[in-house]
Amino acid sequence: MFRDAGLVAGKDLRIELRSRVTLQQVLPFAVLVLVIFGLALDPDRGFLGRASAGLFWVAVLFCTLLAVQRAVAVESADGNRDALRLSGLDPAGIFLGKATAVAAQLLAVEVVLAVGVVVMYGVEVTGVVLLLASALAATAGLAAAGTLYGVLAAGLRVTDTLLPILLLPVLSPVLIGATEAFEAALGGVASDGWPWCGLLVVFALLYLTFGTLAFGTLLEET
Amino acid sequence: MEPAVQLRGAVTLLGRFPALAGIDLDVAAGETVLLRGPNGAGKTTVLRLCAGLLPLVRGEGRVLGHDLADPAQARALRRRVGLLGHATGLYDELTVGDNVRFWGRACGASPADVEAALVGCGLDGRLRDVPAAALSAGQRRRTSLACLVARRPELWLLDEPHAGLDQEGRDLVDGLMRQAVAAGATVVLASHDLDRAEALADRVVPVAGGATGPAAPTSAAVVAGVP
Repeated sequence: MFRDAGLVAGKDLRIELRSRVTLQQVLPFAVLVLVIFGLALDPDRGFLGRASAGLFWVAVLFCTLLAVQRAVAVESADGNRDALRLSGLDPAGIFLGKATAVAAQLLAVEVVLAVGVVVMYGVEVTGVVLLLASALAATAGLAAAGTLYGVLAAGLRVTDTLLPILLLPVLSPVLIGATEAFEAALGGVASDGWPWCGLLVVFALLYLTFGTLAFGTLLEET
Repeated sequence: MEPAVQLRGAVTLLGRFPALAGIDLDVAAGETVLLRGPNGAGKTTVLRLCAGLLPLVRGEGRVLGHDLADPAQARALRRRVGLLGHATGLYDELTVGDNVRFWGRACGASPADVEAALVGCGLDGRLRDVPAAALSAGQRRRTSLACLVARRPELWLLDEPHAGLDQEGRDLVDGLMRQAVAAGATVVLASHDLDRAEALADRVVPVAGGATGPAAPTSAAVVAGVP
Protein backbone atom coordinates (compact mmCIF):
# COMPACT_ATOMS: atom_id res chain seq x y z
CA MET A 1 0.00 0.00 0.00
CA PHE A 2 2.70 2.51 0.96
CA ARG A 3 4.78 1.61 -2.11
CA ASP A 4 1.76 2.30 -4.31
CA ALA A 5 1.06 5.52 -2.41
CA GLY A 6 4.61 6.69 -3.04
CA LEU A 7 4.33 5.83 -6.72
CA VAL A 8 1.05 7.74 -7.16
CA ALA A 9 2.19 10.72 -5.09
CA GLY A 10 5.42 10.92 -7.08
CA LYS A 11 3.47 10.78 -10.34
CA ASP A 12 1.01 13.50 -9.26
CA LEU A 13 3.78 15.78 -8.00
CA ARG A 14 5.73 15.27 -11.22
CA ILE A 15 2.62 16.24 -13.18
CA GLU A 16 2.31 19.33 -10.98
CA LEU A 17 5.97 20.26 -11.49
CA ARG A 18 5.53 19.97 -15.26
CA SER A 19 2.16 21.74 -15.51
CA ARG A 20 2.88 24.33 -12.77
CA VAL A 21 -0.81 24.76 -12.08
CA THR A 22 -0.23 25.33 -8.36
CA LEU A 23 2.62 27.75 -8.98
CA GLN A 24 1.04 29.73 -11.78
CA GLN A 25 -2.66 29.55 -10.94
CA VAL A 26 -3.46 28.38 -7.40
CA LEU A 27 -0.79 30.46 -5.63
CA PRO A 28 -1.64 33.73 -7.39
CA PHE A 29 -5.32 33.02 -6.70
CA ALA A 30 -4.59 32.53 -3.00
CA VAL A 31 -2.59 35.75 -2.77
CA LEU A 32 -5.36 37.58 -4.66
CA VAL A 33 -7.90 36.36 -2.11
CA LEU A 34 -5.76 37.79 0.71
CA VAL A 35 -5.36 41.11 -1.09
CA ILE A 36 -9.08 41.34 -1.89
CA PHE A 37 -10.00 40.63 1.72
CA GLY A 38 -7.52 43.29 2.76
CA LEU A 39 -9.06 45.85 0.41
CA ALA A 40 -12.63 44.96 1.33
CA LEU A 41 -12.42 44.74 5.09
CA ASP A 42 -10.09 47.31 6.56
CA PRO A 43 -7.13 49.00 5.00
CA ASP A 44 -6.06 50.25 8.46
CA ARG A 45 -5.35 46.67 9.54
CA GLY A 46 -7.34 46.88 12.77
CA PHE A 47 -9.99 44.36 11.82
CA LEU A 48 -7.73 42.43 9.48
CA GLY A 49 -5.38 41.45 12.28
CA ARG A 50 -8.26 39.97 14.28
CA ALA A 51 -9.76 38.16 11.28
CA SER A 52 -6.47 36.98 9.77
CA ALA A 53 -6.77 33.36 10.95
CA GLY A 54 -10.21 32.94 9.41
CA LEU A 55 -9.22 34.70 6.20
CA PHE A 56 -6.13 32.50 5.92
CA TRP A 57 -8.15 29.31 6.16
CA VAL A 58 -10.91 30.53 3.85
CA ALA A 59 -8.20 31.15 1.25
CA VAL A 60 -6.74 27.67 1.90
CA LEU A 61 -10.21 26.15 1.55
CA PHE A 62 -10.66 27.72 -1.87
CA CYS A 63 -7.23 26.46 -2.89
CA THR A 64 -8.19 22.98 -1.69
CA LEU A 65 -11.09 22.98 -4.14
CA LEU A 66 -8.76 23.92 -6.98
CA ALA A 67 -6.13 21.34 -6.03
CA VAL A 68 -8.68 18.54 -5.66
CA GLN A 69 -10.37 19.41 -8.95
CA ARG A 70 -6.98 19.26 -10.62
CA ALA A 71 -6.11 15.92 -8.96
CA VAL A 72 -9.40 14.48 -10.18
CA ALA A 73 -9.07 15.95 -13.68
CA VAL A 74 -5.75 14.22 -14.41
CA GLU A 75 -7.36 10.85 -13.71
CA SER A 76 -10.42 11.61 -15.82
CA ALA A 77 -8.54 12.26 -19.06
CA ASP A 78 -8.18 9.70 -21.84
CA GLY A 79 -9.14 6.54 -19.98
CA ASN A 80 -6.78 7.07 -17.04
CA ARG A 81 -9.40 5.97 -14.54
CA ASP A 82 -9.77 2.58 -16.26
CA ALA A 83 -6.00 2.35 -16.53
CA LEU A 84 -5.75 2.90 -12.77
CA ARG A 85 -8.34 0.17 -12.16
CA LEU A 86 -6.39 -2.19 -14.43
CA SER A 87 -3.01 -1.30 -12.99
CA GLY A 88 -3.24 -3.55 -9.99
CA LEU A 89 -2.39 -0.64 -7.69
CA ASP A 90 -3.90 -0.95 -4.22
CA PRO A 91 -6.89 1.46 -4.11
CA ALA A 92 -5.86 2.48 -0.59
CA GLY A 93 -2.41 3.29 -1.94
CA ILE A 94 -3.94 5.36 -4.75
CA PHE A 95 -6.00 7.29 -2.19
CA LEU A 96 -3.05 7.93 0.12
CA GLY A 97 -0.82 8.89 -2.80
CA LYS A 98 -3.26 11.37 -4.25
CA ALA A 99 -4.03 12.82 -0.81
CA THR A 100 -0.28 13.19 -0.12
CA ALA A 101 0.23 15.07 -3.38
CA VAL A 102 -2.70 17.40 -2.66
CA ALA A 103 -1.37 17.96 0.88
CA ALA A 104 2.11 18.81 -0.42
CA GLN A 105 0.65 21.42 -2.78
CA LEU A 106 -1.53 22.89 -0.02
CA LEU A 107 1.44 23.13 2.35
CA ALA A 108 3.35 25.10 -0.29
CA VAL A 109 0.36 27.42 -0.68
CA GLU A 110 0.05 27.81 3.10
CA VAL A 111 3.70 28.86 3.45
CA VAL A 112 3.19 31.66 0.94
CA LEU A 113 -0.14 32.64 2.48
CA ALA A 114 1.38 32.71 5.97
CA VAL A 115 4.06 35.11 4.81
CA GLY A 116 1.35 37.18 3.13
CA VAL A 117 -0.77 37.31 6.29
CA VAL A 118 2.17 38.38 8.44
CA VAL A 119 3.27 41.05 5.98
CA MET A 120 -0.09 42.35 4.77
CA TYR A 121 -2.22 41.92 7.89
CA GLY A 122 0.53 42.66 10.40
CA VAL A 123 -0.06 39.70 12.74
CA GLU A 124 2.38 38.37 15.31
CA VAL A 125 3.08 34.64 15.76
CA THR A 126 3.13 33.69 19.47
CA GLY A 127 2.68 29.91 19.26
CA VAL A 128 4.89 28.49 16.53
CA VAL A 129 4.49 24.83 17.55
CA LEU A 130 0.70 25.11 17.74
CA LEU A 131 0.68 26.91 14.41
CA LEU A 132 2.72 24.21 12.68
CA ALA A 133 0.87 21.30 14.28
CA SER A 134 -2.52 22.79 13.43
CA ALA A 135 -1.49 23.52 9.86
CA LEU A 136 -0.24 19.96 9.35
CA ALA A 137 -3.34 18.35 10.87
CA ALA A 138 -5.73 20.64 9.01
CA THR A 139 -3.90 20.08 5.74
CA ALA A 140 -4.04 16.30 6.17
CA GLY A 141 -7.78 16.52 6.83
CA LEU A 142 -8.42 18.82 3.86
CA ALA A 143 -6.42 16.60 1.51
CA ALA A 144 -8.01 13.35 2.73
CA ALA A 145 -11.60 14.57 2.63
CA GLY A 146 -10.98 16.43 -0.62
CA THR A 147 -9.54 13.37 -2.37
CA LEU A 148 -12.39 11.18 -1.16
CA TYR A 149 -15.12 13.56 -2.27
CA GLY A 150 -13.19 14.34 -5.43
CA VAL A 151 -13.39 10.76 -6.70
CA LEU A 152 -17.07 10.64 -5.71
CA ALA A 153 -17.84 13.80 -7.68
CA ALA A 154 -15.73 12.60 -10.62
CA GLY A 155 -17.87 9.48 -10.86
CA LEU A 156 -20.96 11.67 -11.14
CA ARG A 157 -19.31 13.55 -14.03
CA VAL A 158 -20.23 17.03 -12.80
CA THR A 159 -17.10 17.56 -10.76
CA ASP A 160 -16.60 21.28 -11.23
CA THR A 161 -20.01 22.33 -9.98
CA LEU A 162 -20.80 19.52 -7.57
CA LEU A 163 -17.50 19.28 -5.73
CA PRO A 164 -17.75 22.64 -3.89
CA ILE A 165 -21.34 21.87 -2.85
CA LEU A 166 -20.32 18.45 -1.52
CA LEU A 167 -17.02 19.39 -0.02
CA LEU A 168 -17.40 22.81 1.64
CA PRO A 169 -19.95 21.67 4.27
CA VAL A 170 -17.81 18.62 5.04
CA LEU A 171 -14.74 20.80 5.54
CA SER A 172 -16.45 23.26 7.86
CA PRO A 173 -15.10 21.53 11.02
CA VAL A 174 -11.58 22.05 9.64
CA LEU A 175 -12.31 25.71 8.94
CA ILE A 176 -13.62 26.25 12.47
CA GLY A 177 -10.95 24.21 14.24
CA ALA A 178 -8.04 25.59 12.25
CA THR A 179 -9.26 29.17 12.65
CA GLU A 180 -9.60 28.79 16.42
CA ALA A 181 -6.19 27.14 16.71
CA PHE A 182 -4.55 29.82 14.57
CA GLU A 183 -6.20 32.63 16.56
CA ALA A 184 -4.65 31.14 19.68
CA ALA A 185 -1.27 30.88 17.94
CA LEU A 186 -1.43 34.40 16.48
CA GLY A 187 -1.36 36.63 19.50
CA GLY A 188 -3.71 34.57 21.69
CA VAL A 189 -3.12 32.02 24.44
CA ALA A 190 -1.54 28.93 22.88
CA SER A 191 -3.04 26.49 25.39
CA ASP A 192 -6.52 27.52 24.22
CA GLY A 193 -5.67 26.27 20.75
CA TRP A 194 -4.55 22.73 21.49
CA PRO A 195 -8.06 21.25 21.92
CA TRP A 196 -8.87 22.63 18.47
CA CYS A 197 -5.69 21.08 17.13
CA GLY A 198 -6.90 17.80 18.64
CA LEU A 199 -10.14 18.15 16.72
CA LEU A 200 -8.17 18.63 13.50
CA VAL A 201 -6.13 15.49 14.20
CA VAL A 202 -9.31 13.47 14.81
CA PHE A 203 -10.85 14.80 11.58
CA ALA A 204 -7.73 13.92 9.60
CA LEU A 205 -7.49 10.41 11.06
CA LEU A 206 -11.19 9.83 10.44
CA TYR A 207 -11.01 10.75 6.77
CA LEU A 208 -7.67 9.05 6.19
CA THR A 209 -9.12 5.83 7.61
CA PHE A 210 -12.43 6.16 5.79
CA GLY A 211 -10.69 7.01 2.53
CA THR A 212 -8.30 4.09 2.81
CA LEU A 213 -11.23 1.72 3.30
CA ALA A 214 -13.75 3.23 0.87
CA PHE A 215 -11.68 4.55 -2.03
CA GLY A 216 -11.64 1.22 -3.88
CA THR A 217 -15.42 0.96 -3.79
CA LEU A 218 -15.83 4.56 -4.94
CA LEU A 219 -13.36 4.00 -7.77
CA GLU A 220 -15.35 0.96 -8.91
CA GLU A 221 -18.91 2.07 -8.32
CA THR A 222 -18.99 5.75 -9.26
CA MET B 1 -5.10 -27.14 -19.88
CA GLU B 2 -7.72 -24.67 -18.66
CA PRO B 3 -8.90 -22.24 -21.35
CA ALA B 4 -7.62 -18.69 -21.00
CA VAL B 5 -11.12 -17.33 -21.61
CA GLN B 6 -14.39 -19.17 -21.13
CA LEU B 7 -17.67 -17.27 -21.35
CA ARG B 8 -21.11 -18.92 -21.30
CA GLY B 9 -24.22 -16.80 -21.83
CA ALA B 10 -22.31 -13.82 -20.43
CA VAL B 11 -24.24 -10.59 -19.88
CA THR B 12 -22.84 -7.40 -18.41
CA LEU B 13 -24.12 -3.91 -17.67
CA LEU B 14 -23.16 -0.60 -19.22
CA GLY B 15 -24.49 1.83 -16.66
CA ARG B 16 -27.90 0.43 -15.79
CA PHE B 17 -28.51 -1.17 -19.16
CA PRO B 18 -27.69 -4.77 -20.10
CA ALA B 19 -24.97 -5.06 -22.71
CA LEU B 20 -24.28 -8.30 -24.59
CA ALA B 21 -27.05 -10.76 -25.28
CA GLY B 22 -25.34 -13.79 -23.77
CA ILE B 23 -21.84 -14.18 -25.15
CA ASP B 24 -20.26 -17.62 -25.59
CA LEU B 25 -16.52 -17.56 -26.12
CA ASP B 26 -13.71 -20.04 -25.65
CA VAL B 27 -10.08 -19.07 -26.10
CA ALA B 28 -7.37 -21.63 -25.43
CA ALA B 29 -4.15 -20.60 -23.72
CA GLY B 30 -1.64 -19.41 -26.30
CA GLU B 31 -4.30 -18.89 -28.95
CA THR B 32 -4.99 -15.71 -30.94
CA VAL B 33 -8.67 -15.03 -31.56
CA LEU B 34 -10.13 -12.26 -33.67
CA LEU B 35 -13.53 -10.81 -32.78
CA ARG B 36 -15.11 -9.58 -35.97
CA GLY B 37 -18.27 -7.54 -36.26
CA PRO B 38 -19.76 -4.17 -37.15
CA ASN B 39 -19.55 -1.08 -34.96
CA GLY B 40 -21.71 -1.46 -31.86
CA ALA B 41 -21.71 -5.26 -32.08
CA GLY B 42 -20.26 -5.60 -28.57
CA LYS B 43 -16.60 -6.39 -29.30
CA THR B 44 -15.23 -3.69 -26.99
CA THR B 45 -17.65 -4.74 -24.25
CA VAL B 46 -16.45 -8.35 -24.51
CA LEU B 47 -12.83 -7.21 -24.18
CA ARG B 48 -13.65 -5.02 -21.15
CA LEU B 49 -15.56 -7.89 -19.56
CA CYS B 50 -12.57 -10.18 -20.08
CA ALA B 51 -10.35 -7.54 -18.44
CA GLY B 52 -12.49 -7.59 -15.31
CA LEU B 53 -13.58 -3.98 -15.82
CA LEU B 54 -17.29 -4.76 -16.26
CA PRO B 55 -19.43 -6.87 -13.93
CA LEU B 56 -20.70 -10.25 -15.04
CA VAL B 57 -24.39 -10.07 -14.12
CA ARG B 58 -25.64 -13.21 -15.84
CA GLY B 59 -24.07 -16.36 -17.25
CA GLU B 60 -20.66 -17.77 -16.44
CA GLY B 61 -17.21 -16.41 -17.09
CA ARG B 62 -13.69 -17.51 -16.23
CA VAL B 63 -10.60 -15.69 -17.43
CA LEU B 64 -7.14 -17.05 -16.57
CA GLY B 65 -8.88 -19.13 -13.93
CA HIS B 66 -10.58 -16.15 -12.27
CA ASP B 67 -14.34 -16.28 -11.84
CA LEU B 68 -15.73 -13.03 -13.27
CA ALA B 69 -18.85 -13.33 -11.14
CA ASP B 70 -16.72 -12.78 -8.03
CA PRO B 71 -15.73 -9.08 -7.87
CA ALA B 72 -12.63 -9.84 -5.80
CA GLN B 73 -11.42 -12.39 -8.37
CA ALA B 74 -12.25 -10.03 -11.23
CA ARG B 75 -10.09 -7.35 -9.57
CA ALA B 76 -7.27 -9.84 -9.02
CA LEU B 77 -7.43 -10.76 -12.71
CA ARG B 78 -6.68 -7.21 -13.86
CA ARG B 79 -3.00 -7.36 -12.95
CA ARG B 80 -2.57 -10.34 -15.31
CA VAL B 81 -4.20 -8.82 -18.40
CA GLY B 82 -3.29 -5.94 -20.68
CA LEU B 83 -6.01 -3.95 -22.42
CA LEU B 84 -5.26 -1.67 -25.33
CA GLY B 85 -8.45 0.30 -25.84
CA HIS B 86 -9.52 3.39 -27.73
CA ALA B 87 -8.28 5.60 -24.87
CA THR B 88 -4.54 5.63 -24.33
CA GLY B 89 -4.45 6.05 -20.53
CA LEU B 90 -1.54 8.50 -20.79
CA TYR B 91 -0.86 11.53 -18.61
CA ASP B 92 -0.37 14.49 -20.94
CA GLU B 93 2.12 16.31 -18.71
CA LEU B 94 4.40 13.28 -18.31
CA THR B 95 6.93 12.27 -20.90
CA VAL B 96 6.73 9.02 -22.84
CA GLY B 97 9.38 7.52 -20.55
CA ASP B 98 7.57 8.70 -17.40
CA ASN B 99 4.28 7.22 -18.56
CA VAL B 100 5.72 3.81 -19.42
CA ARG B 101 7.75 3.79 -16.21
CA PHE B 102 4.71 4.65 -14.07
CA TRP B 103 2.33 2.11 -15.58
CA GLY B 104 5.06 -0.53 -15.67
CA ARG B 105 6.07 -0.03 -12.05
CA ALA B 106 2.38 0.06 -11.03
CA CYS B 107 2.11 -3.63 -11.88
CA GLY B 108 5.55 -4.54 -10.59
CA ALA B 109 7.57 -4.41 -13.81
CA SER B 110 11.30 -4.12 -13.35
CA PRO B 111 13.30 -1.21 -14.81
CA ALA B 112 14.66 -3.72 -17.37
CA ASP B 113 11.10 -4.60 -18.46
CA VAL B 114 10.29 -0.91 -18.85
CA GLU B 115 13.43 -0.27 -20.85
CA ALA B 116 12.75 -3.30 -23.06
CA ALA B 117 9.21 -2.06 -23.70
CA LEU B 118 10.47 1.38 -24.72
CA VAL B 119 13.07 -0.12 -27.04
CA GLY B 120 10.64 -2.71 -28.41
CA CYS B 121 8.12 -0.03 -29.34
CA GLY B 122 10.71 2.27 -30.88
CA LEU B 123 10.42 4.88 -28.15
CA ASP B 124 13.98 4.79 -26.86
CA GLY B 125 15.27 7.78 -28.82
CA ARG B 126 14.22 11.41 -28.77
CA LEU B 127 10.57 10.46 -28.17
CA ARG B 128 11.31 9.15 -24.68
CA ASP B 129 11.58 12.70 -23.33
CA VAL B 130 8.63 14.18 -25.21
CA PRO B 131 5.51 14.99 -23.15
CA ALA B 132 2.52 12.86 -24.12
CA ALA B 133 0.54 16.02 -24.92
CA ALA B 134 2.95 16.74 -27.79
CA LEU B 135 2.61 13.31 -29.41
CA SER B 136 0.67 12.49 -32.55
CA ALA B 137 -2.22 10.02 -32.32
CA GLY B 138 0.00 7.23 -33.65
CA GLN B 139 2.81 8.02 -31.21
CA ARG B 140 0.33 8.04 -28.33
CA ARG B 141 -0.87 4.63 -29.48
CA ARG B 142 2.70 3.34 -29.53
CA THR B 143 3.31 4.68 -26.03
CA SER B 144 0.12 3.05 -24.81
CA LEU B 145 1.30 -0.19 -26.39
CA ALA B 146 4.65 0.15 -24.61
CA CYS B 147 2.80 0.53 -21.29
CA LEU B 148 1.02 -2.74 -22.06
CA VAL B 149 4.23 -4.52 -23.09
CA ALA B 150 5.96 -3.41 -19.88
CA ARG B 151 3.23 -5.15 -17.89
CA ARG B 152 4.08 -8.50 -19.56
CA PRO B 153 0.43 -9.59 -19.44
CA GLU B 154 -0.63 -13.19 -19.83
CA LEU B 155 -3.73 -12.15 -21.78
CA TRP B 156 -3.57 -9.37 -24.37
CA LEU B 157 -6.91 -7.70 -25.08
CA LEU B 158 -6.51 -5.45 -28.08
CA ASP B 159 -9.26 -3.18 -29.35
CA GLU B 160 -8.47 -1.96 -32.86
CA PRO B 161 -4.72 -2.25 -32.24
CA HIS B 162 -3.83 -1.01 -35.73
CA ALA B 163 -6.01 2.10 -35.60
CA GLY B 164 -4.16 5.39 -36.04
CA LEU B 165 -0.82 3.72 -36.80
CA ASP B 166 1.31 4.06 -39.90
CA GLN B 167 2.62 1.03 -41.81
CA GLU B 168 5.67 0.73 -39.58
CA GLY B 169 3.52 0.98 -36.46
CA ARG B 170 1.15 -1.70 -37.71
CA ASP B 171 4.04 -4.03 -38.45
CA LEU B 172 5.35 -3.31 -34.95
CA VAL B 173 2.01 -4.28 -33.37
CA ASP B 174 1.93 -7.50 -35.38
CA GLY B 175 5.49 -8.33 -34.36
CA LEU B 176 4.80 -7.68 -30.68
CA MET B 177 1.69 -9.85 -30.80
CA ARG B 178 3.63 -12.71 -32.39
CA GLN B 179 6.40 -12.36 -29.80
CA ALA B 180 3.85 -12.41 -26.98
CA VAL B 181 2.16 -15.54 -28.31
CA ALA B 182 5.55 -17.21 -28.81
CA ALA B 183 6.26 -16.43 -25.16
CA GLY B 184 3.03 -18.14 -24.12
CA ALA B 185 0.57 -15.26 -23.95
CA THR B 186 -2.99 -15.39 -25.26
CA VAL B 187 -4.40 -12.69 -27.53
CA VAL B 188 -7.99 -11.62 -28.13
CA LEU B 189 -8.31 -8.75 -30.56
CA ALA B 190 -11.09 -6.81 -32.21
CA SER B 191 -10.22 -5.22 -35.51
CA HIS B 192 -11.68 -3.86 -38.70
CA ASP B 193 -8.30 -4.26 -40.39
CA LEU B 194 -9.29 -7.78 -41.38
CA ASP B 195 -6.40 -8.65 -43.67
CA ARG B 196 -3.84 -7.99 -40.98
CA ALA B 197 -5.88 -9.35 -38.10
CA GLU B 198 -6.80 -12.58 -39.85
CA ALA B 199 -3.16 -13.15 -40.73
CA LEU B 200 -2.39 -13.07 -37.00
CA ALA B 201 -5.39 -14.97 -35.65
CA ASP B 202 -5.95 -18.70 -35.31
CA ARG B 203 -9.73 -18.31 -35.28
CA VAL B 204 -12.34 -15.70 -36.07
CA VAL B 205 -15.39 -15.29 -33.85
CA PRO B 206 -18.18 -13.21 -35.36
CA VAL B 207 -19.93 -10.82 -32.97
CA ALA B 208 -23.24 -9.16 -33.81
CA GLY B 209 -25.98 -7.68 -31.68
CA GLY B 210 -24.14 -8.54 -28.48
CA ALA B 211 -23.93 -12.27 -29.29
CA THR B 212 -21.30 -14.51 -30.81
CA GLY B 213 -21.70 -16.74 -33.84
CA PRO B 214 -19.84 -19.98 -34.59
CA ALA B 215 -16.07 -19.61 -34.65
CA ALA B 216 -14.11 -20.43 -37.79
CA PRO B 217 -10.40 -20.90 -38.40
CA THR B 218 -8.72 -18.17 -40.39
CA SER B 219 -7.26 -18.98 -43.77
CA ALA B 220 -3.80 -18.30 -42.31
CA ALA B 221 -4.45 -20.88 -39.62
CA VAL B 222 -5.67 -23.40 -42.17
CA VAL B 223 -2.54 -22.89 -44.25
CA ALA B 224 -0.40 -23.22 -41.12
CA GLY B 225 -2.20 -26.41 -40.16
CA VAL B 226 -3.57 -25.09 -36.87
CA PRO B 227 -6.44 -27.41 -35.76
